[in-house]
Amino acid sequence: MRVVIGEDSVLLRDGLVRLLTAHDLDVVATAGDAESFLRLVSEHRPDVVVLDVRMPPSFTDEGLRAALVLRRQYPEIAVLLLSQYVEERYATELLSGPPSRVGYLLKDRVADVGDFVEALRRVASGGTALDPEVVSQLLLRRRRDPLERLTPREREVLGLMAEGRSNSAIAVALCVTDSAVGKHVNNIFAKLDLPPADNDHRRVLAVLRFLGVGKA
Amino acid sequence: MRLLMRIWRSTVLAATGPAIGLAGWIAVLTAGWIVPGAVASTVSGWYRFRYADLLDEPLAVPAPGRDLARQFAFIGLAGLLALLSFAVVVGCWAFSIAGFGWLSFGWAARDQLLTYGDPVAMSVTPIAASLLILLALALPLRFASWEIGMARALLQPSRTAELSERVDALTGSRADVVDAADAERRRIERDLHDGAQQRLVSLAMNLGLARATLADTDPRALDALTAAHEEAKLALTELRDLVRGLHPAVLDDRGLDAALSGVAARSPVPVELSVSVPERPSRTVEAVAYFVVAEALSNIAKHAGASAATVAVSAFHGRLHVVVTDDGCGGADPSRGTGLRGLAQRVGSVDGTLTVSSPEGGPTEIRVELPCES
Repeated sequence: MRVVIGEDSVLLRDGLVRLLTAHDLDVVATAGDAESFLRLVSEHRPDVVVLDVRMPPSFTDEGLRAALVLRRQYPEIAVLLLSQYVEERYATELLSGPPSRVGYLLKDRVADVGDFVEALRRVASGGTALDPEVVSQLLLRRRRDPLERLTPREREVLGLMAEGRSNSAIAVALCVTDSAVGKHVNNIFAKLDLPPADNDHRRVLAVLRFLGVGKA
Repeated sequence: MRLLMRIWRSTVLAATGPAIGLAGWIAVLTAGWIVPGAVASTVSGWYRFRYADLLDEPLAVPAPGRDLARQFAFIGLAGLLALLSFAVVVGCWAFSIAGFGWLSFGWAARDQLLTYGDPVAMSVTPIAASLLILLALALPLRFASWEIGMARALLQPSRTAELSERVDALTGSRADVVDAADAERRRIERDLHDGAQQRLVSLAMNLGLARATLADTDPRALDALTAAHEEAKLALTELRDLVRGLHPAVLDDRGLDAALSGVAARSPVPVELSVSVPERPSRTVEAVAYFVVAEALSNIAKHAGASAATVAVSAFHGRLHVVVTDDGCGGADPSRGTGLRGLAQRVGSVDGTLTVSSPEGGPTEIRVELPCES
């Protein structure tokens, strides 16, 4: 899997390269600012990019803007955004497109090497990876809509689905059985009026609805 | 010697008065209609120069365009006084010189006015002429002190004007201080973000990498490694919370609404947040509003024992209204807790108001009003 990294801190950039290389990922290029990052991406066409939100020159949201450009120009390239703080507003902007091949994590998550690499692979293979912090901010913002009908437990399950986890991963996280999670998931589909169809598709729709970007 | 000097200078003041007085009147009556401000400041400038030069009495200058009516009144009155003092002082000198002159040389013209040698005239004239000399020496001092008294009252900025200028200056300098403190907070946030935080992330990542790759090493070494890794992650979280409290970058970038979701989401007490601010207030006011909400929610989490809180931010009539409520135990007192006092100070620094209603048993409501411009 080919990766391009956009990160302005040299220390962290080298660390990421070491980390990804150690996990048999092929880092084809690295950039320290958004402009050269975009150029390198169009040159190398990687499978996935890892991108810092705050980069020169203005140190605000260059990375996010680069990610939005990328998702418009090359929808086939997966984007994993990293930041010192996660913001609900940035997440909403990032997820305004299709909620797949996209991730938004706190930089801290890099420390849990295994989880981080797994999240990266998940994003690269078409999934999502949202930081629990973002999810809780999004939940706060979505109190007043059809999601009201969900029980707190179902909302929790839906939150974990939005983070990109599978049913069995959710079961582990909540310390319940797989079939209990399956039941919750079916309840969620029913309450969100999602017709029975291909399960994966319904999952994406439910997550969309959860993030408030899907059509009703 | 000094008295003589003062008399001499006061006499010069009286002798030159009419020239300035008349010139001032002419200036006011002609150009005064067109450019009153310039005329008032020029003519009163002449007078000020006189007083500073001759009487060692420098006068404070009012701000341009201020106190015009008082300056015009002074120019009018000072002209009259100048004419009067000129007439009196010069008259005194003239008559006393005339008197002594007549005594000395009167015999040469003895057939004219008074009869030279007349006993009455010969005794009254020296007395009158001497009195006139004394008056000619004493009166300039009197006139000068009247004139300077009038100038002090009318040419200097009035107390009200002085105070309002002072208030303007203080308001300006306070705004500068508040802005500087804000800029400083931003700078520290930036420095920590670019420095310590990146280093810690890198450290935690390397420890994580080591932990993952050294799985089959000595268990004691692995334990130490695991502990170090967890510590590094904790430090990272703590530092992040601290830095975010200073000044979140998203506040500058996307405004209050965006910045507050983070604060509300991190609150352990569930928060209902509504923000309706169509136009962004100044950065300083935004920072104060953010700080108010963050601090209020952290107080609620620490002291209120609440099960729910609401945050409502809205802008109307040029004011930003922030209302934070909780259903906790109440009894919050701004005069005791440092948290609320700090809030009140921060709000006061931009001329905002803070009111707390917190009866024993709750609920608590903190209401803050901030000017949108600052």
